[in-house]
Amino acid sequence: MAKPKEISSLSYDQALEELESIVQQLEAEVGDLDAALALYERGQALSQHCSTLLEQAELRVQQLGSDGELTPLE
Amino acid sequence: MQQMDLFAPEPKTITVTELTRGLRRAIESVDVFQNLWVQGEVSNFSRPQSGHWYFTLKDRDAALPCVMWRSTAELQAQVPMNGDQIEVHGGLSIYEAQGRYQLYVDEIRSAGEGSLYQKFIELKNRLEAEGLFARNRSLPAWPQRIGIVTSATGAALQDVLHTLERRYPLAEVVLAPTQVQGPSAAVLVAEALGMLDQFAQPELILLVRGGGSLEDLAAFNSEIVARAIVRTRAVLVSGVGHETDVTIADFAADLRAPTPTAAAELATPDLQELQARLATLHSRLQRQTPIAKINRARQQLDELSLRSGRALAQRTRWLRATLQGHTARLQALSPLAVLERGYAVVRTADGTLVRQASQVQPGAALDVRVQRGQLHVEVKETKDD
Repeated sequence: MAKPKEISSLSYDQALEELESIVQQLEAEVGDLDAALALYERGQALSQHCSTLLEQAELRVQQLGSDGELTPLE
Repeated sequence: MQQMDLFAPEPKTITVTELTRGLRRAIESVDVFQNLWVQGEVSNFSRPQSGHWYFTLKDRDAALPCVMWRSTAELQAQVPMNGDQIEVHGGLSIYEAQGRYQLYVDEIRSAGEGSLYQKFIELKNRLEAEGLFARNRSLPAWPQRIGIVTSATGAALQDVLHTLERRYPLAEVVLAPTQVQGPSAAVLVAEALGMLDQFAQPELILLVRGGGSLEDLAAFNSEIVARAIVRTRAVLVSGVGHETDVTIADFAADLRAPTPTAAAELATPDLQELQARLATLHSRLQRQTPIAKINRARQQLDELSLRSGRALAQRTRWLRATLQGHTARLQALSPLAVLERGYAVVRTADGTLVRQASQVQPGAALDVRVQRGQLHVEVKETKDD
């Protein structure tokens, strides 16, 4: 199995997708308890990451110049 | 000249009213006269207290009296002025009191708008036949970067930004500002689309503008903009004008929204829905704590032993043993239980548990998890027991 990615580097949709799959695995009750424990811990962290992203989200607006450069707007 | 037949019966004498009313009915019963577009120059425009508009539409050789009732006149964006070339729509009738025929106008547009519309239809048909309107790609579910092509000073930009801020602040927005009106607008809009697509590489572009007359929207009805739209790698959503305005740009886009705000809404998931989805997942996760699993297993076990009696006693014992094993392992594994007693879990940077000093080298970075929080430490020295 590929090494799971650092949670803080995940975008909202990536984190939510992984959380969804973790919940489904846990609900399917496959695997033993320690695997479940690890999944559960990661699920908690993903859930926390998602809600932090939502709380901190602030629309970033940039403007494209005639030279193709991006500069922050306002 | 024919001789008058002295014995022919004289036509019946009728009143002025009878004649005028008869004429009025005759005119009103001709469908063509009730659905006319007439072009001419405005003269004698007057707007008395009643609020109705009276004017004469004329050209070099003829004049046509016109009326627009107050209820319709009030809705007009522009008041015609003497000398204006305009086109009016309405039905013909007779004002009996003055024995005067006149046009009852219900719509006014500036002269040439009719031919603009004609050109619009021709261009639309030509581009459609060429297959330019076949794009219909689906929207990215989670656009990370959203491009906007519109005027930097227009209300449309503010509408879109407010909508994105409210619905989906996770996105990054890149504005490619451009004129959206005037003689060079079409070229500038097309350029802005190309630049944005190439340099900022958004997954999604919103091409938006507030409402206006057919003339104001000319850039969005131009061939060059239609072709620039079809070239974009980003999925393109158009939101031009008001609900009723449909432009060539709308046909060329992957998706047409009726207004700028609607374009931003169509293109993004709603934060409220995102939060609801997260909350659902979170509570589903809470039901899956390992402790809850064990409780459910125990309950299952109880049911089994109740129902099964002797035949299942063996199995029950086995299940109970497994359960105890699981419980014990869980407790042993539960980081909380162990850490509460003051122990710490030491992992290398790649997450491997450190069980022997020989696993790490001096200088290695380690993560130490204690009951509350984590420590990132560096190894000074290693010593085997």
